[in-house]
Amino acid sequence: MASKVIHAIYTDDDLLLQAVKQVREARYHIGEIYTPFPVHGLDKAMGLAPTRLAITSFMYGVVGFTVAVVMMNYMMIEDWPMDIGGKPSFSFLQNMPAFVPIMFELTVFFAAHLMVITFFLRSKLWPFKAAENPDVRTTDDHFLMEIEVANHNTKDLTDFLYQTGASEIKLIDNK
Amino acid sequence: MYTLSSKLKLFSIILMAVGLIGLAIGFIVAPSTIEEVKEMVASHDGHGESHAAPGQIKSDLSEDPDQGLEFVPSEHEVQTGRTDDNQTQLGTNVDDHENEHYEHILHQLQNKPWAALYVAAFFFFMIPLGVLVFYAIQWASQSGWSPVLFRVMEGITSYLLPGGVIIFVLLVLSGLHLNHLFIWMDPEVVENDAIIRNKSGYLNVPFFLIRAAIYIAGWAIFRHFLVKNSNRLDEAEPNDLYYFKKNFKLAAGFLVFFIVTESMMSWDWIMSLDPHWFSTLFGWYVFASMFVSGITMIALVSIYLKSRGFLPFVNDSHIHDLAKFMFGISIFWTYLWFSQFMLIWYSNIPEEVTYFVSRIEDYGILFFGMVVLNFLFPVLLLMNSDFKRVNWFVVMTGLVILLGHYIDIYVMVMPATVGESWFIGLSEISSLLFFGGLFIFVVFTSLTKAPLLARRNPFIKESEHFHY
Repeated sequence: MASKVIHAIYTDDDLLLQAVKQVREARYHIGEIYTPFPVHGLDKAMGLAPTRLAITSFMYGVVGFTVAVVMMNYMMIEDWPMDIGGKPSFSFLQNMPAFVPIMFELTVFFAAHLMVITFFLRSKLWPFKAAENPDVRTTDDHFLMEIEVANHNTKDLTDFLYQTGASEIKLIDNK
Repeated sequence: MYTLSSKLKLFSIILMAVGLIGLAIGFIVAPSTIEEVKEMVASHDGHGESHAAPGQIKSDLSEDPDQGLEFVPSEHEVQTGRTDDNQTQLGTNVDDHENEHYEHILHQLQNKPWAALYVAAFFFFMIPLGVLVFYAIQWASQSGWSPVLFRVMEGITSYLLPGGVIIFVLLVLSGLHLNHLFIWMDPEVVENDAIIRNKSGYLNVPFFLIRAAIYIAGWAIFRHFLVKNSNRLDEAEPNDLYYFKKNFKLAAGFLVFFIVTESMMSWDWIMSLDPHWFSTLFGWYVFASMFVSGITMIALVSIYLKSRGFLPFVNDSHIHDLAKFMFGISIFWTYLWFSQFMLIWYSNIPEEVTYFVSRIEDYGILFFGMVVLNFLFPVLLLMNSDFKRVNWFVVMTGLVILLGHYIDIYVMVMPATVGESWFIGLSEISSLLFFGGLFIFVVFTSLTKAPLLARRNPFIKESEHFHY
């Protein structure tokens, strides 16, 4: 069955934030919001769950640290424990200070890069991806709120959105 | 307006009294003759074994291959700076040698209560100094979040002058040869030591005391005017920003003055305890320690006052910001600690590495334990954004950080003054209690002198509504 959505366009971020609060209070369901720049407090107003990206980053950092330790331990201590300039390669701990710069960099490298890749995967971003913005003006100076019509009365919903200060309201048929 | 509760007053006075008594006992118990040292060593049977004459370390080590597990290859352990005087006398007969060993321990034990006093005095002095730097940075950077905490910072920095005077008195007493904390002050040592003799243009008692007076007076004067202007700003007309601009310039001037004097202060008061050793990033290292302790103290005092209902305008976001600073500067401290350690460990040049050899050999648990306290704890506990808003979490981490930085100062001072005879006992804890009590008394008394909200600061509105 084809679902219908309403695209309400706002020209001001304060107005948008206000509208989001009113729409949620009226218990209409917001699908997506497209903005040209980050609007502070929008995620809170929409009631979005906080991101867990930082947690993944921490875990990737732990992985990077482990990789560095295992790698240095294998190469410098177990495989070929050579005497290089008198450095004590009898055990990992003895020669550890020399490995710390590598341990640090690999931790940062893994934490940063894997987190970015996670971000790309989770937000479905990659080269040659078809752009999804429903109205080109949302990348410049317009804010677009998408509300699912579901079984609400279209007329009531339109009137309500008009009251919240929308400058343009369109009914879209999703095929 | 904050009023000092009688309980807190009594508490701080009790701390001071108990600390004073403990310190007095510490000074009385310290041995005054070699015979007493011999008795003490004999009564700790078996304990004396591990503290064998430094001159014997060489043979001990060559018999024990397990010692190779130390960080530093064992052949370098022989050349610690502390054994210089013994090594020059190796040819003499056994009795002389033994007496010399006991004399060595006697000096260390006599230094112990002095060094304990010095460590605690410096530790509590560097906290208000770190806070003053933080305070000046807030003025110079025109921060919008921190003006609600200005009066707390001003209160903590009130300990700067009394703490500085105490340090100065201790330095004068060292200069009068009442203790042997700074061996370069001993004319006999200087005469026999070409390295120290060559440094005597900088390291001589009158110049040393003049410099100390300049640092302490300079900091105290800057502090005095910064706080005075801040209070005057409260009385000013609503749009009169004269004192605000004045403090902005004063704070910038202080920061320039501070970074020069702090660096020299760290050479004078701490690095000169090991006059054969030097490190170029030492000033920064000491600075990081005082900065993070200062910020931690701001957080602790703010949380305490807030819990008593005196800071209703301080919200979790302010605490969150302070906790971020505690977290970040802890990492900064570790960075400097490691940079100093690793560069010296890596090149392993004998005249530099002795500093760390003596610390790892005799102070291993403290030396590496403080890295756990100052780095691992803050990093793991304060990494989570939510935890930085939980007050008891910040308090707990703050106490760990303060303990860690006390140990940091301890490990900077003790190896040069008491060597392997260290022990965290009566003198150390008593001096901590005494200065802790004095610190609480001075700081909280001064907090009663001005309203806890700087009303006319142009950023105060922004600060009150600060939200992160």
